[in-house]
Amino acid sequence: MTRSLKEKIIKNVLFAFSLVSILVLGLIVVFLFMEGLPILGFVSLKDFIFGIEWYPTYDPPAFGIGSLIVGSVLVTFFSTLIAVPLGVLSAIYIAELARPAIKEIFKPVVELLAGLPSVVLGFFGMAVLAPWLQETFDLPTGLNIVNASIVLAFMAVPTISSISEDALYAVPREFKEASYALGATRFETIIKVIIPASLSGISTAVILGMARAIGETMVVLMVAGGAAAIPESIFDSVRPMPASIAAEMGEAPFRSEHYHALFATGIVLFILTLGFNLIADYISNKYKEVGSATL
Amino acid sequence: MKYRYLKEKLFFALVRFSALIIILAIGGFIAYIVVNGIGAISWEFITEPPRDSMTKGGIMPAILGTLYLTVGTVIVALPLGVIAAIYLSEYAKHGPVLRFIRVGINCLAGVPSIVFGLFGLALFVVFLKFGSSILAGSLTLGILILPTIIGASEEALKTVPQTFREASLGLGVSKWQTVTRIVLPSALPGILTGSILGIGRAAGETAPIMFTAAAFFTAILPKSIFDEVMALPYHVYVLATAGTHIEETRPLQYGTILVLVTLVLGLDLIAIIIRSYMRKKKRW
Repeated sequence: MTRSLKEKIIKNVLFAFSLVSILVLGLIVVFLFMEGLPILGFVSLKDFIFGIEWYPTYDPPAFGIGSLIVGSVLVTFFSTLIAVPLGVLSAIYIAELARPAIKEIFKPVVELLAGLPSVVLGFFGMAVLAPWLQETFDLPTGLNIVNASIVLAFMAVPTISSISEDALYAVPREFKEASYALGATRFETIIKVIIPASLSGISTAVILGMARAIGETMVVLMVAGGAAAIPESIFDSVRPMPASIAAEMGEAPFRSEHYHALFATGIVLFILTLGFNLIADYISNKYKEVGSATL
Repeated sequence: MKYRYLKEKLFFALVRFSALIIILAIGGFIAYIVVNGIGAISWEFITEPPRDSMTKGGIMPAILGTLYLTVGTVIVALPLGVIAAIYLSEYAKHGPVLRFIRVGINCLAGVPSIVFGLFGLALFVVFLKFGSSILAGSLTLGILILPTIIGASEEALKTVPQTFREASLGLGVSKWQTVTRIVLPSALPGILTGSILGIGRAAGETAPIMFTAAAFFTAILPKSIFDEVMALPYHVYVLATAGTHIEETRPLQYGTILVLVTLVLGLDLIAIIIRSYMRKKKRW
């Protein structure tokens, strides 16, 4: 075998391996739809998405995931509200304020937070945060939207912080120097020059943080309370989509309507997070050329 | 003029405060786990199976199960991820195909863990008839961390200086030999540290193994990769939410959490230390 032929074969084999991720993504779509679509034989797409009655084990059962979607959206929204300031400000701290020695410690600590298993954070929400919330606000249960949002926020912070930080670093020195030369303070430089220049990266960070929160399972399973109803206050329990899937799949009879309904819920979740990721990807690619190149 | 600096001071105080909250949260959290968990840790706790419907005894089967699953995950994900990264970093040319692959990897990285669980159930457990088993769980976790491994490996390959490749190719060495003899060995420490971070994540995951590998309780230890296992994260979940002994088994829960967190953060810490050591010792 000639050397160039051998090299060509190797290259193609490697190429095939690089397609594995795409292949897996395709298989996920195929199998989710294969197991999820049959639910449309029992309930219309409109009733499935917008129906707020989720009684999968009643006779007759009701499969409307509207309240589950509302639950997911609410905990994602409130956790984003907490996580974005924390994540972005801590990124500014690392990128602009911290001395190198402190940075050496702070960054790994944030990475450790990212590494904490979600079940452990969920446990913390159950065992510590829930009783505290219940007592402080005199609630029937501490397992609610607020609790889930706080815990989810801490899961999203590392994502938001590290991607924002990369974006802040990517701002060219010249921008900063030009701003200082014009007499701006450090604060004015950060707010009016550095943050606007890195806004696409920060947006990507926020979107990926939200995607993380909406898809997170164990935390919402353990601390959101599990009530499949439209909540009336932020201290009500909800049942976000991942919690419903995780809690019920074990009991749903194989290939029953319930089983298909849970897979269909998975499809909705998958499409939502895929959308978030595609938007993040689009933004980070479209505005890739920050810096001197765009001047 | 004073006003401008006052604003700056306030803003910086806010920034420092945010950083402080994060540090305090993590510090408090870890202290809380250690303080509550350390009392439960004993030689028996680590080496014995649970007794009396899991209200007493140890967690040895869960530790063993998590180790099996983690090793299985590494076997699945590491070769696949490193080879894909070699193509992307050393061979691929800019263009629509590369862009397509990258979007695919990013999207796979964003798939929620519970969706991986559903997928693993549908493909590995049901369609391929592996049942709820170490094999199905390892495959599910393996594809879950594949994007992490690819990303870490690519990053490590990129730090190998271009001159290394040029020197090798200039001596008439083939591209493949350059990659395997020159580039890969230089990148290996970076690939490993990055991968360890991903592996730590897999070891702590619960949702993907709930339907694919994890058992509530097993009386006997697994004998083959087609057996289901107990696993630390799932054990924590079960003890904390199921049954009538939730308050009674709190010490067991804290103990299990401490073991799990030590395992996961221990892996992360090793990776972080190796990485900072490597940065200081870098020869190029």
